[in-house]
Amino acid sequence: MKKFMRRFAANRGAVLGLALLLLVILAGACASFFFEESPWSMVADPLIKPFTDRDYPLGTDMLGRDIGAGLLYGARVSLMIGVVSTAVAVVFGILVGALAGYHGGRTDDLLMRGTEFFQTIPQLAMALVLVAIFKPTLYSIVGAISMVSWPPVARLVRSEFMTLKQREFVQAAIVIGQTPGRIILSQILPNAASPIIVTASLMTATAILTESSMSFLGLGDRNMMSWGFMIGASRTMLREAPWMSLWPGLAIMVTVLSINLIGEGLNDALNPQLRKRGD
Amino acid sequence: MNDPRIPLLSIRDLSIALPRGGDRSHAVQDISYDIHAGEIVCIVGESGSGKSMSANAIMGLLPAYLQPGRGEILLQGRDLLKLPEDTLREMRGRDMAMIFQEPLSALNPLLTVGEQIAEVMRVHGAYPGPAREQRVLELLDFVGLPDPAALRSAWPFRLSGGQRQRVMIAMALALEPRLLIADEPTTALDVTTQAQILALIARIQREKGMGVMFVTHDFGVVAEIADRVAVMEKGVLVEHGTAEQVLNRPQHPYTRRLIAAVPHRRARARDSAALHGKPVLQVEGLAKTYVSGGGMFGKKRVVRAVDGVSFSVQRGQTLGIVGESGSGKSTIGKCLLKLTGIDAGRMLFDGEDIVPLSETEFRPKRPKIQMIFQDPFASLNPRQTVGRILCDGPMAAGVPRARAEARARELLQLVELDVSAFDRYPGEFSGGQRQRVGIARALAMEPQLIVADESVSALDVSVQAQVLTLLREVQQRMQIALIFITHDLRVAAQICDQLLVMHRGKVVEQGPPGQIFDAPQHEYTRALIAAMPGREWNPAEAVLA
Repeated sequence: MKKFMRRFAANRGAVLGLALLLLVILAGACASFFFEESPWSMVADPLIKPFTDRDYPLGTDMLGRDIGAGLLYGARVSLMIGVVSTAVAVVFGILVGALAGYHGGRTDDLLMRGTEFFQTIPQLAMALVLVAIFKPTLYSIVGAISMVSWPPVARLVRSEFMTLKQREFVQAAIVIGQTPGRIILSQILPNAASPIIVTASLMTATAILTESSMSFLGLGDRNMMSWGFMIGASRTMLREAPWMSLWPGLAIMVTVLSINLIGEGLNDALNPQLRKRGD
Repeated sequence: MNDPRIPLLSIRDLSIALPRGGDRSHAVQDISYDIHAGEIVCIVGESGSGKSMSANAIMGLLPAYLQPGRGEILLQGRDLLKLPEDTLREMRGRDMAMIFQEPLSALNPLLTVGEQIAEVMRVHGAYPGPAREQRVLELLDFVGLPDPAALRSAWPFRLSGGQRQRVMIAMALALEPRLLIADEPTTALDVTTQAQILALIARIQREKGMGVMFVTHDFGVVAEIADRVAVMEKGVLVEHGTAEQVLNRPQHPYTRRLIAAVPHRRARARDSAALHGKPVLQVEGLAKTYVSGGGMFGKKRVVRAVDGVSFSVQRGQTLGIVGESGSGKSTIGKCLLKLTGIDAGRMLFDGEDIVPLSETEFRPKRPKIQMIFQDPFASLNPRQTVGRILCDGPMAAGVPRARAEARARELLQLVELDVSAFDRYPGEFSGGQRQRVGIARALAMEPQLIVADESVSALDVSVQAQVLTLLREVQQRMQIALIFITHDLRVAAQICDQLLVMHRGKVVEQGPPGQIFDAPQHEYTRALIAAMPGREWNPAEAVLA
């Protein structure tokens, strides 16, 4: 574990990413502490420019809503959707990939044809269709994003399982009489963990972007303030009030960048041999 | 220059430092030896002894973090360590050439055999024009490859391991270098192929009068071809002398230990009547066919890996299955453990046929048939502690945790490992220690039959001897039936009571080792025994001397 930390810390970008992400998490967690009012309520004059009013340092939008409050509450939504949908997608992907990779043959054929079916449809288009069918709520959004993002995980896990299954320690586990379920969970999965963790961290960033795109197009949860919605709402005022889309845009950029940096760092820390080869 | 008293190559006090944090300060330390034209010098040592280091230093193949700190390497009087890179490049191939262990990875898969050999001459501007083609044919013919004209345009992947090694040798000989360095050139090859390559190297050396530096770990090979021998231990040259001296009258304790560990036929007074009647396992007409390729298009390739094999093994008996790669010996092991399906035959374990049992029906019987795997590095899960590895099996069979753990600690002592190993990870152990863990894992299940598939092939000789002794002792004490699969006849002869010789999926001969060695009936067995390196040398006598 110490070695892992040291290798992770050796990548300065990853440390910076971690710091930024912690900042975003902290901001989301403290949202209701700084802003007691709902981010939807109109609290001041519309279109206050940033850095002009001490109470609303980031300005207000065309309806007089505080952009600062929107950003902080939006952080909650973005992070939660990113993390939950990735978790669902990873669990489902591991399940499909593990079964296909371990059993091979018919099972593999069946599961992989199913996976390919999902991969032939553009991700965003499919997510939009799913959300449009099931009314945009938090659950349907999380469901739609997980639905489009599990296939790469399944393929990755399958290929890892197929190579690990040939290893002698897995054959040894069969020989001592362990059941397939135990072999998958205790022998193979721990050895496949590193690439899965790295992929999951990068998927979180993609999920946040997908959620923002959907909210931008008006398919977000109506009860939750999100960064994508804020940009979408301000697109008509782009010339008059550019700050309205600038702040949430920056927030998305910083969050996605920090997660990507962390993913890079995890990759370096978990696969030290790969990194050395690149040097 | 051709004065026979002046050595062709002379290494003086060569030291190569290791980066800090290694297990010793120097890869090689103050080594000195000479190679004269027309002689074969073997550098012998176990893995990690630094035996390949001086070879790599001569060719300039050392990585940047390992550079010779001290000493000199004089090739015909010129110090290779002081010459500029340009001059060295000019000399490689022309004055010194090297052949490697892995003939497939040493050849470029995208160039034909002829192009690769011609390439060596092209970079040195030798044999211009049509003479070069002529020279390629000449070389292919010289190294004993059939039909040079056709082979010239063949791709490396079409050739067998032995043929590839011949191509490598042809490349090395292209410019008639004075010094040929061979780094474990026969380790990846079968015994019969190895014998041919050794004969080829000896012939080249005789005909061309080159100096040959031969790096190997195998004392049999040394006995076969060496004129002089240098023995390395942990980066230090411990003994150096003529082959006759070193092999038959070793002086240094390390050399003596190594030679004592070389597997050889021991006259073992074994009372075969002590083996009691009923066989633990009886195999009848076992057959397994691999079908590859095919799919929707193309023709299927059918390989009869195991073809009608029958044998039986009793309690306390060791049955050896010997054969070269591709003979189907490992497939038999997999079939016995039901790691692969079989096509025909019966396998009677304790009188019950286990072939028709499904995986779930067979699982409760699994503890009784165990396996010790070949690769001590791949056969232990790197993410589990040794204790967990040893307890998983008994616990899967329903033994309570506390009992399984107590038993695992006992077993660690039985296989001569420290009890503290229980909480450590496989990565912290050497190959020999890991193989002991593998043996303990098999024993933890209290099996009646153990299949050991090339279980000592990846180990150094001295470690190999220890593991073999341990296996033998444990097997005798617990009266386990052991099936020992190996490619090494010497190892088989030492440990087995009964031998099966496999060739292309069939058993060509079976009997006790004494009979197989002294009066081989089948032609293939005779070829196999004739190919054994150093069969005229008896290591047992050497140690006594």
